[in-house]
Amino acid sequence: MSILDYFRSNKKPNTAVTAKERLQIIVAHQRGERDAPDYFPKMKQEIIEVIRKYVQISEDQVSVQLDQNDDKLSVLELNVTLPDGK
Amino acid sequence: MAQIIVVTSGKGGVGKTTSSAAIATGLALKGKKTVVIDFDIGLRNLDLIMGCERRVVYDFVNVINGEANLNQALIKDKRCDKLFILPASQTRDKDALTKEGVGGVLDELSKDFDYIVCDSPAGIEQGAMMALYFADIAIVTTNPEVSSVRDSDRILGMLQSRSRRAEQNLEPIQEFLLLTRYSPARVKTGEMLSVEDVSEILAIKLVGVIPESQAVLKASNSGIPVINDEESDAGLAYADTVQRLLGEEVPFRFLTEEKKGFLKRIFGS
Ligand SMILES: Nc1ncnc2c1ncn2[C@@H]1O[C@H](COP(=O)(O)OP(=O)(O)O)[C@@H](O)[C@H]1O
Ligand SMILES: [Mg+2]
Repeated sequence: MSILDYFRSNKKPNTAVTAKERLQIIVAHQRGERDAPDYFPKMKQEIIEVIRKYVQISEDQVSVQLDQNDDKLSVLELNVTLPDGK
Repeated sequence: MAQIIVVTSGKGGVGKTTSSAAIATGLALKGKKTVVIDFDIGLRNLDLIMGCERRVVYDFVNVINGEANLNQALIKDKRCDKLFILPASQTRDKDALTKEGVGGVLDELSKDFDYIVCDSPAGIEQGAMMALYFADIAIVTTNPEVSSVRDSDRILGMLQSRSRRAEQNLEPIQEFLLLTRYSPARVKTGEMLSVEDVSEILAIKLVGVIPESQAVLKASNSGIPVINDEESDAGLAYADTVQRLLGEEVPFRFLTEEKKGFLKRIFGS
């Protein structure tokens, strides 16, 4: 590496690191969806409906994710971002 | 019984046709009787990359529709007598590829060939789905770039759910990562995902890393698959890839920036 390169690479932000982090999230999400059982999309929709009976939320405030940790254990993770002051 | 290899990616322009031509040629040079099929109906290109565009008489769709038999449609490669090309149609649309039609042609080829290489079109429509449906081995061609990696992961999902092996509960398709258009210099400066990054994200076995190379354009200009250019980095990287597909252990090359001369090292480039 030349001295010039050294200064150049110091200034540049490492965008590859950002790319990798973004991809890890996307891929985990895509894989979570395709490994989910067939009933999953419908169940997710119904969970959202139930919450909506009580709190006004939009669909992207709810994340429902199924994680297969190993053969014996799956974890259903439900995250709801509630609007302020409710 | 032939092994059916699909060269696939989801995203277009990542190097599927370049890789299909190189890998099919490489397998044939290793003595395996190989046929490479263009599944890009309506947009054929493989014939150009293989340098046989003026010898196309009948195509894949003609064979499926019974308008020609396989012997009439297969083009024998000029340079290698173990290699054959089955071109795509220019005029029809991708729906011309039916599961029964494609399956029938592959069955017939299977009796005669060691390897059938399927050059998939981009996307996840009929042509791409038919190219992967019958596969035993998938070469997931990926560029070190976010949209290509994401699309490759989607294609992995298809291989695992929408292929013949998935539907019939057979042993899954063997999935391999082929990283193409790799620039070690840009990886070093943090501008490009590294081979380790992409392997970790997709979590499938790495079968080859093809550097970004001027030899590829030269090869396509002349209609000679780049693997024939034994002086080029890309040609050698494809030759290594073919050896790995055949089960040999070959160390990876061209993963670091090529050594520069003394002056260039002092003054940078
Ligand atoms: N290793 C490489 N280095 C430089 N250019 C490449 C390389 N691989 C592919 N290309 C170029 O990228 C373009 C798309 O390649 P192609 O094989 O047609 O992709 P696809 O079949 O996936 O659409 C072509 O112009 C090709 O010459
Ligand atoms: Mg192509």
